[in-house]
Amino acid sequence: MSHDTGLLVTLAANFALMSLFAMGGANAAFPEMHRVAVEVMHWMSDRQFADLYAIAQVTPGPNVIVVTLIGFHVAGLAGAVVATLAMCGPTCIFAFFVGRVWDRFKQARWRLIIQAALIPISLGLLGASTLVIARIAGQSWQTVALMLVTAVVSYWLRLNPLWIFAAAALLGLAGAV
Amino acid sequence: MPDTMPDLPDATHARPTPTLFELLVAFTMIAIFGFGGVLYWSRRMMVEERKWMTAEEFNEAYALCNFLPGPNIVNFAVVFGRQIGGTAGAFLALLGLLGPPFTLVTLFGLLYAHYGNIEILQRMFVGVAAAAAGLTISTSLKMWQPLLRERLGGPHLVALATLAGVGVLRWPIYWVLGALIPLSIGLAWWVRR
Repeated sequence: MSHDTGLLVTLAANFALMSLFAMGGANAAFPEMHRVAVEVMHWMSDRQFADLYAIAQVTPGPNVIVVTLIGFHVAGLAGAVVATLAMCGPTCIFAFFVGRVWDRFKQARWRLIIQAALIPISLGLLGASTLVIARIAGQSWQTVALMLVTAVVSYWLRLNPLWIFAAAALLGLAGAV
Repeated sequence: MPDTMPDLPDATHARPTPTLFELLVAFTMIAIFGFGGVLYWSRRMMVEERKWMTAEEFNEAYALCNFLPGPNIVNFAVVFGRQIGGTAGAFLALLGLLGPPFTLVTLFGLLYAHYGNIEILQRMFVGVAAAAAGLTISTSLKMWQPLLRERLGGPHLVALATLAGVGVLRWPIYWVLGALIPLSIGLAWWVRR
């Protein structure tokens, strides 16, 4: 278990900064997580990043939990704690105080304007996340096919994602993807 | 977002207020059952089962959590927990929401560090990652639909520029949003002027 303080500070600074730009949820920061963890810091390979994403998806709980896994991979338990606190802390404090005064601005014009302005931003980030995860998870024609089938099936049917993941794991096990 | 939910006239006095312990239990359950859709579970718990919030209050809290940066559902736990029990309430809601997944995922991380290179597991990961990406594609398409139905305009430009800057060009998120958020606010102000 690494207790490299410099590494923990780097983790904390990166996740705290990106959390402030995660418009529309933790998934919105996904391209930035990949950029920092794989491309800039070289903490892991594309494959490992995709693995961690897969593990986070099959773990119950909020999407933000992928941050815990990245922190754990980089610096053990201390890294997991630091990354999670950095990703949630600043915005939680923000939410705590804004939640107090929010009702007062229910009909305020500036609030409606900002709210409307943030919708296309969060949709753009969601699209970017989708692009990044699709690119790293679809490295062969088989995985691309599985991805597209999953997309179509889950678009039309309300299936519990657990069944989809179980089927995908079995396909992987059988060597079909 | 349906803003037209009818306001129940007797909602305020008929509504139960959770104790701090109930708050902790509720968010723990949301975390444990919330596979791939914590929002769905939190709405079901808060509005339909426990009736701690009206549908309108939930929409209002959800709008706030979308407005704030950071993990939505984590913000929701803070906002709702604070309303119920101040700082202690916010803290307990967070503990319930993040405690169990944190423990579980750290355990998985440990297993991955030791056994992640085993070929059988690797093959399963490849499948699950592809399926997870497929689910993300489907969710994104559903979320994009309201925008795609709108007449082409500024919001489309902002959404596409965000997608291109962050997802294709892979620029740092703070550069892209630092430029596009002010632009988007300007555009939104312009059409509502």
